[in-house]
Amino acid sequence: MKPILLIDFGSTYTKLTAVDVEEERILGTAQSFTTIQTDVGDGLAKGLKLLEEKTGKLEYAETYACSSAAGGLRMVTSGLVPELTSEAAKLASLGAGAKVVGLYSFQLTEDDLDEIQALKPDIFLLVGGTDGGNSECILHNARMLATLPPNFPIIIAGNRSAARECARILSKHPVHICPNVLPKFGTLNIEPTQQKIRDIFLERIVQAKGLSKAAELLDDIMMPTPSAVLQAMELLSKGTENESGIGDLVAVDVGGATTDVYSMADGMPESMNTVFKGIPEPFSKRTVEGDIGMRYSIRGIVEAVGIRRIASLSGLTEERAEELISYLSDHKDLVPDGNPELTALDYALASGAVETAVARHAGTMEETYTLMGLTYVQTGKNLTHVKKIIVTGGSLIRTENTDKIARHAQYSPAQPMSLRPKAADVWVDRSYILAAMGLLSGHYPDAALRIMKKELEKHGYSQ
Amino acid sequence: MENREKKVLVIGVIGADVHAVGNKILYHAFTEAGFEVVNLGVMVSQEEYIAAAIESNADAIVVSSLYGQGELDCRGLREKCDEAGLKGIPLVVGGNIVIGKQTFEDVEKRFKDMGFDRAFPPGTAPETTIEALRELLHMEG
Repeated sequence: MKPILLIDFGSTYTKLTAVDVEEERILGTAQSFTTIQTDVGDGLAKGLKLLEEKTGKLEYAETYACSSAAGGLRMVTSGLVPELTSEAAKLASLGAGAKVVGLYSFQLTEDDLDEIQALKPDIFLLVGGTDGGNSECILHNARMLATLPPNFPIIIAGNRSAARECARILSKHPVHICPNVLPKFGTLNIEPTQQKIRDIFLERIVQAKGLSKAAELLDDIMMPTPSAVLQAMELLSKGTENESGIGDLVAVDVGGATTDVYSMADGMPESMNTVFKGIPEPFSKRTVEGDIGMRYSIRGIVEAVGIRRIASLSGLTEERAEELISYLSDHKDLVPDGNPELTALDYALASGAVETAVARHAGTMEETYTLMGLTYVQTGKNLTHVKKIIVTGGSLIRTENTDKIARHAQYSPAQPMSLRPKAADVWVDRSYILAAMGLLSGHYPDAALRIMKKELEKHGYSQ
Repeated sequence: MENREKKVLVIGVIGADVHAVGNKILYHAFTEAGFEVVNLGVMVSQEEYIAAAIESNADAIVVSSLYGQGELDCRGLREKCDEAGLKGIPLVVGGNIVIGKQTFEDVEKRFKDMGFDRAFPPGTAPETTIEALRELLHMEG
């Protein structure tokens, strides 16, 4: 037996997973409240005790951790055109596991600066212009940012012709120059920037968020939790040299405040009569819907799908649904716990959350008649062929409706132009092991992959 | 500040037009002639030309249209360019830009009234367009 401890420092919970990498199985999992503001050690000690009650006393060979504590890795980005470099900056940040708290396009204004200062980002990502293209905007934005106190590091990843000048303008700030996120049209180059984001997270953020004490216990790097989940999903999809992956997939994590969606797929047009528009999207894509969540963002779900839909999905009257939603927005810790009305309502809300978040993540297809006949214009990723949907989050785990809720991630005749999976198996992360497996994959990819395949399928539903 | 060697062109086929061959020929011809070419392909909207021209700091936009609806598709492009801060950017159009029996002088005049700097009739050789672009962009040789 070779036990390994995997820790996920969350904003409210510290989640622990003990794994035996020799037998490739989960030894136990535990959760405890985090008291991150003061000392993460307390939450960790409590969690370890809970875990020990389940697994017995263990000598851990290695310990790894990820963190989304203290609000996670908060980033603000600025680019030039919203659909082009600003979008590339957003894809880069989200894919590095950050939370994008501010997103700006074109020239920053004094009002924007006030906002940015109030947002207190952990990292600012400054982009704009293709290589050799527009440099006016990024230079203007650098000059504007230079007037702010140097409280956050700035990554410069825009037009390479302007990079050094931006760095000079921002000489009082900690700056890092990376290759352009959109060096030319149709070419996205976000990996170097994402690596830099993770490096900065390690150097600065871990310290700033009171995690350095915990870091002493660890054997290897910490990363933002979403970044660990992305690694797990990439591994699950692509596999390793020794163990095959499961191919293209979509994963949905419905939380209390936000809903995260991951897709591992090229998603490019499948037929000749389809024209692709917009910037190419990365194989490994993450989006975060900040307005879609079961409690803190309950109103966002209702706004997105409408109270009528919530009522029809839950079988409640609109008035009653409205009443319960108001109650839930004031009682954010409430779970259905067998109450039939709340169970029905949570089913409707979770379904709405999954549907909205996956529809926003997936691409769309438009039909156009041309002289050559019917032609399709595709924007974003085509996920119709994806055969596996992975779901996680309390509202999908602690319910008997997991399968029914998860099906809302699929293609729907009501939204025929939304390119979501047409027929897929649903796999369920019932023990919240995704982040842990992402951490484990750094050193034991085969074990992490096999454990995931076993665990997720065990609780799965076939198409 | 602007010391790049090559002039940048944004090209593409406007509207619900899927004629891809001419677009590819122009891409190669312009690249061969020493331009940096941002090729948006077929079915390009006015907004796409503008977004691409902003990011790449383009020196000119070259619009192709081969299916006869060019006049409708091109209407308002100049105004949108002005609005987006691309004031005075040279706009060039060519292809089968209109249908029906009309003299090209009339057609050219209408496109010039719409704010295009040059309009070219069907069958124009790429060399002619390249020549015109060099002139518009005050290039040597």
